[in-house]
Amino acid sequence: MSHAHAPSQSDHTPSSASKKARVGVRVVGRPDSLEQRIYLPEVIRGLGVTAKHFFANLFSRKYTVTVEYPEQKLRYADRHRGLHRLMHREDGQVRCVACMLCPTACPAHCITIVAEDTGNKNEKRPRSFEIDELRCIVCGLCVEACPCDALRMDSGVHAPAVDFRGDAIQAKIDLLKRGSQSVATQGGIGADWRTQQPTVKQYDPPK
Amino acid sequence: MLDSILLFLAQHTAIAAFVKVILLVVGFVMPLASLSTWAERRQSAMMQDRLGPNRANIGPFKLWGILHFVADAVKMVFKEDLVPSKVNRSLFALAPVMAIAPVLIVFAVIPFGPDLCVGQLFATVNDPSACLATVPLQVARMDVGLLFYFALASLSVYGATLAGWASYNKWSLLGGLRASSQMMSYEVCMGLSLMGAFLVYGSLEPHAIVVAQGSNPLNWGMVTQPLAFVLFFTAAVAETKRAPFDLPEGEPELIGYFVEYSGMRFGIFFLAEFIETIFLSAVVTTVFLGGWQVPGLDSSGFGSFHLPHLAVVLIQVVAWSLKILFLCWLQLLIRWTLPRFRPDQLMRLGWKQLLPLSLLNIVVTAAWVLWRSGGN
Repeated sequence: MSHAHAPSQSDHTPSSASKKARVGVRVVGRPDSLEQRIYLPEVIRGLGVTAKHFFANLFSRKYTVTVEYPEQKLRYADRHRGLHRLMHREDGQVRCVACMLCPTACPAHCITIVAEDTGNKNEKRPRSFEIDELRCIVCGLCVEACPCDALRMDSGVHAPAVDFRGDAIQAKIDLLKRGSQSVATQGGIGADWRTQQPTVKQYDPPK
Repeated sequence: MLDSILLFLAQHTAIAAFVKVILLVVGFVMPLASLSTWAERRQSAMMQDRLGPNRANIGPFKLWGILHFVADAVKMVFKEDLVPSKVNRSLFALAPVMAIAPVLIVFAVIPFGPDLCVGQLFATVNDPSACLATVPLQVARMDVGLLFYFALASLSVYGATLAGWASYNKWSLLGGLRASSQMMSYEVCMGLSLMGAFLVYGSLEPHAIVVAQGSNPLNWGMVTQPLAFVLFFTAAVAETKRAPFDLPEGEPELIGYFVEYSGMRFGIFFLAEFIETIFLSAVVTTVFLGGWQVPGLDSSGFGSFHLPHLAVVLIQVVAWSLKILFLCWLQLLIRWTLPRFRPDQLMRLGWKQLLPLSLLNIVVTAAWVLWRSGGN
């Protein structure tokens, strides 16, 4: 049996066997002992293992690692991508300049921006800014694309469960509600994070 | 008051049987079957280091998630009852009934307590056979006893087979086919493995078997018929069509004979499976674990410590329930521990291993019984 993988003499001549490398099949007997072949002792041993876990978890939750979510929450990593938010300037206005880089970057086409004139010849601003959270694939490319630190996903909030598809669309007002003042410099205008702390109330992500 | 009610029941056995059916089915079997749907998920979770369903609540009452079975029942009832267009409608409707009716009826032969001695409830009863009138805590006391069980158990094959055939679905047909071959194969072994116990205790009637086992655990079926205990338990687990013998269901490849059933019709198959596990526990308890017998407890009390008759009966009924609960727990443990057999392994186990062993058990037991009785 130990040489079963070698070509057998009766089927092939030694010359043909040495010419051609063949894939052999080695028949290996099951190494089961009598105790294993009777199966019942192994069944009882298996039941012992599961019963041990059952009783340990029943009385002291010894092995369970479950986090009971609504009551217990783990702290998310800083780079966790939650629900989107729109950042504020120091006067509470939206930082977004409707440059359309985020809807362009979005692979799911879930961002819709309608721009409007601010009266300032340098800038536009979004009249409406909508993100369909059901279409969003949470890739974070919109945040990467934003040149103004206007759009972030660091809210730590999960997309809410909704009864109607339309309710999953986050409008500008919802996105701004979660926003806070960014202290990044925008176009050389506005507050500098080096010199000025945020002046409006900061958004406090849930723990 | 209590005595007069019992006397009335002792004289009117049909009414007494009705009362006992209500007590047994509504008071024990159905609640336990519903609870085991929750217990199965919770226990499997505990065994796999999870927590399992513990959320369902009515207001602030969570009760460790026990209310999940209420939620399940509500869901089942309100789900759409979908009937595929090409099914055989009458058989399709009949199949769930054929699955659940036999497993409910067979409870009639299970004794869940000793005979109640009318008129001596609060007295010490030394000899229960000397009672003037008795109310047996068993729905039907038939001489055929456990043969009645085998007759009805073979009827419950039709539930699975008809469901598989009437659904007009090739997967459910395969499931039904597997169910019928498996149940028929293992019924042989079930019957033959109990034969040894019949020889030892000299009766087919469950109550007589329990009385013959007595209150000494060394005389219980598990000790006198250890091989039959293992064989019967294995074959009966196979009969319930649950893992490791759940080939008729076979989630990864077949879904099972009930694949076309939805809503409460599916729920009935589900419930029948759980009632079957409870019934299997009841049979094992009756034949191998001394039924309602408590170690050391005679009809007069523990040895010289006398107890009133009613207290003795209550202790014995509770002991019977606890034995069944333990066996249900054990079946869930087995169901969530062992992997499923392959069809050829299943047939080999049934016909080439369990069957010869149960025949051997009968021969050895018969020889032993003959030798003990002095060869007469």
